[in-house]
Amino acid sequence: MAVCAKGLDRILFSTRLFQNLRLRNERSISTSLCRLAPDEKPTKFTPPPKPVVMDKTLTAESLRKFLSPEFIPPRQRTDPFKFYMERIDMIRRRKVLTIPEFYVGSILAVTMADINASGKINRFVGICTQRSGKGLGATFILRNIIDSQGVEICYDMYSPRIQKIDLLRFEKRLDDNLMYLRDALPEYSTVDQDMKPEPFSLTGEVPLNDLKVKMLPKPWSKRWERPKFNIQGIRFDLSMSEKKMEHAQKWAKPWDEYDMLKEYDTSKLEQEILSEVQQEMSKQG
Amino acid sequence: MALPLLSRSLTGLLAESSSILQQRTFSVSAVAAAIQKMSRVRVVDNSSLGVTPYHRPPRVIHVYTSNGVGKVGDKVLLAIKGQKKKALIVGQKMPGERMSPRFDSNNVVLIEENGNPTGTRIRVPIPTHLRKEGDFSKILAIATAFV
Repeated sequence: MAVCAKGLDRILFSTRLFQNLRLRNERSISTSLCRLAPDEKPTKFTPPPKPVVMDKTLTAESLRKFLSPEFIPPRQRTDPFKFYMERIDMIRRRKVLTIPEFYVGSILAVTMADINASGKINRFVGICTQRSGKGLGATFILRNIIDSQGVEICYDMYSPRIQKIDLLRFEKRLDDNLMYLRDALPEYSTVDQDMKPEPFSLTGEVPLNDLKVKMLPKPWSKRWERPKFNIQGIRFDLSMSEKKMEHAQKWAKPWDEYDMLKEYDTSKLEQEILSEVQQEMSKQG
Repeated sequence: MALPLLSRSLTGLLAESSSILQQRTFSVSAVAAAIQKMSRVRVVDNSSLGVTPYHRPPRVIHVYTSNGVGKVGDKVLLAIKGQKKKALIVGQKMPGERMSPRFDSNNVVLIEENGNPTGTRIRVPIPTHLRKEGDFSKILAIATAFV
């Protein structure tokens, strides 16, 4: 009796499978028939989805390895655990807000919540002139000239008010600090407010813009010719005499590079933190 | 006889070196600070008083705050073209709070005694946090851009 029931069961199962197969076949046939049917009204044309071109050469290895500089803790006696805690919070924020890889000299657009602005949203486009701060307090300064008035905004990178950071142009400049744009001709810090993002590659070297700026007549806000700034991106030959440039070298400190107490080699630390950050970012939730 | 000569030459030398030192430390560029008495400012509206050129830049001669330091949204008294005129600060060089704009010049808008603006148009962007500072609706109404 039990054997008989088992056999019946098997037969039932196979018939169900067969039905299922037939159903699937019918469905596929019916859809094709539907398209051929003449009485069916042509529906509104909807463009097919854009084909996603997957670049097979793009692998995890070939992608540019980048660690945002605020992840590297400053050299001090504070407990490293504090910076570890901050890193956790930074990664949590980065999972919500996409902060692109950018450098001083890149052009960014930041959208932030502003209760005083119309529409409660404020969007500012500008060239990044400075990055500073470590950990959660990291900031960057955007500069632009609007209606021939120079405007700078210092953004807290991990502020909850920031809604979106768009990278419009991805490039580096000759210097790590472009504060001298305040004393340069206004054309060098003017950025179009409605600029469209330019494409950039995720692999290879960061594009370097070796632009040298012309300065306004002196006096400048700082003596950029002094060796402590070590500015490469200024056309000093246009605004300073050879003799004055030589005179500025009086403040050079050529012994500083041999000062072992000022050495801070972060390469090993960077590797460790980069792997930690990548591991945490790949985790879900 | 030699002593006074020496001392005279020494004092001369000292005076010379001190003048050189002063020359070195003296800077004519404006400091990036808040607005106080004798600060030179830029009038950014289109009123005839602010637009027409004059050989002396407008200067702040009084700041209407308790501590004498003017920030965005404070009223000041200007000496402009030999007249006294009230003005409102609408932009400053000194960096304020994070995420608020810093301008390359100290900007003011001329206002009448009753608080109405003298001009009819502001030529530069105005910080949005001026809305929070007080009731400047008539000045905000003539602004062309906010940042």
